[in-house]
Amino acid sequence: MYVAVKGGEAAIDNAHRLLADRRRGDRCVPALTLEQIAGQLALAVDRVMAEGSLYDRELAALAVKQARGDLIEAIFLVRAYRTTLPRFGYSEPVDTGAMVIERRISATYKDLPGGQVLGPTFDYTHRLLDPELAGDGPVASGQRREAEAGRVRRVSEILAGEGLIEEDGAPPEDGAIGDITRTPLEFPMDRQSRLQSLARGDEGYLLGLAYSTQRGYGRNHPFVGEIRIGRVDVEIEVPELGFCVPIGRVQLTECQMVNQFKGSAKAPPQFTRGYGLVFGQSERKAMSMALVDRALRAAEFGEDVVAPAQDEEFVISHCDNVQSTGFVEHLKLPHYVDFQAELDLVRRMRADFDKRAGGSQDHKEAPE
Amino acid sequence: MTATDEPSPSDPRASRRRRMGILARCEAGDLKRLWEGLALDPAHEALRGPETGLVTLRGRTGGGGAPFNVGEVSVTRATVRLEDGCVGHAVMLGRDRVKARLAAVIDALADHPDHAGRIEAELLAPLEAGLAQADEQLREETAATRVEFFTMVRGED
Repeated sequence: MYVAVKGGEAAIDNAHRLLADRRRGDRCVPALTLEQIAGQLALAVDRVMAEGSLYDRELAALAVKQARGDLIEAIFLVRAYRTTLPRFGYSEPVDTGAMVIERRISATYKDLPGGQVLGPTFDYTHRLLDPELAGDGPVASGQRREAEAGRVRRVSEILAGEGLIEEDGAPPEDGAIGDITRTPLEFPMDRQSRLQSLARGDEGYLLGLAYSTQRGYGRNHPFVGEIRIGRVDVEIEVPELGFCVPIGRVQLTECQMVNQFKGSAKAPPQFTRGYGLVFGQSERKAMSMALVDRALRAAEFGEDVVAPAQDEEFVISHCDNVQSTGFVEHLKLPHYVDFQAELDLVRRMRADFDKRAGGSQDHKEAPE
Repeated sequence: MTATDEPSPSDPRASRRRRMGILARCEAGDLKRLWEGLALDPAHEALRGPETGLVTLRGRTGGGGAPFNVGEVSVTRATVRLEDGCVGHAVMLGRDRVKARLAAVIDALADHPDHAGRIEAELLAPLEAGLAQADEQLREETAATRVEFFTMVRGED
């Protein structure tokens, strides 16, 4: 039962006014610009784009500012904004093999064609706080070295030659491409719909699940075949022209996880794979996505589904942090009537209990 | 579109793809500056937009397998018609309606015999060169972080 309760309007208005004041903080300190957020807190912005499922740096930066740096709140803002826009259609599938590489590493091949290219990474830093960054000292630009242009082969293509690794994954026979934004989730899901859910899934949640597989809850013995970060062209067909045109570039992170598989009566022993593809620079998320993708393919390989990370309905139903936060946080909204009803019920049960107990032991407090 | 069915350079589709790609990727400020340098201001009417919406970006499982939806990108598109009937289109990432409309006008003008040469030489070519230079810088900065493995010989033998 819902009963309208009035009286909070002035309090809400003043709370939001106070929020705006606190968000701005000390007026003697200059306000953050969106360029500063997008440029200097770029990875926070990337996370908001990935989990907000909207590639738009400026909007994500605005959301981070409005949310006072609360990234899940920012993701919520972006998701809400998305709903106001019309849909123009689907892009052609991007070609990550043609990526302009910013980082590309493999943990399985030392000397792979195209090389190990570290890019702007936190790896190998000492994780010591740098007091210099508290100021605004001069920063050297990146070193440059002569580079080759051209396609950088994916590690999976290199291994594929020997037939020792699973192929990329054929399209479904009906050619349909599931879209979780158009049709409600239904289980079991196809792998493509799962990947769409994981691509916008919460990084922390997926990281925890991925870690659980490494600790033995659905172990699948992973190697990082390759991680690459870079810019890819997006193309869309323009109906008036009848052909595809490039509409710009996005930055993506791709992770190819290579996993062992013993083989079965039907399938020869070969490496299997998990795949991660995420907006922006986010290799922790891409790696977690790839590990969870592989774990969720357990049934496909005839593996026992024994761990949380292998349970499709569990993983996918809880990976969206906007849904999760909505349901958890709604608990703080007024539940006065629900609670009154339960309070009445517990009082009556308690009275009955006391009456029964009182039959044998008068005035004694109810046991625990 | 894969490399094998890429139209040849003389194909009008190829030149349109190139042109729309440059106009989509270039910085709005650069485009405005070069356009003002051309001192063209053709009368035109808007057939569609400029309007902003969503395009669902697709990837492929494993990089080359079945297509799947990764997430949405914001896209702005515009279609204009010049007085001579030429129609121009623009589709680009982002929400810059002014840039989209200008790009559509340039697209419509670019095949006009009176303007094609100047648009190519004074607008498209410099924009393309700027984009190529930015790519080159990114490639070179990235190349400097390439690991050069060497093996250390240890022990007596």
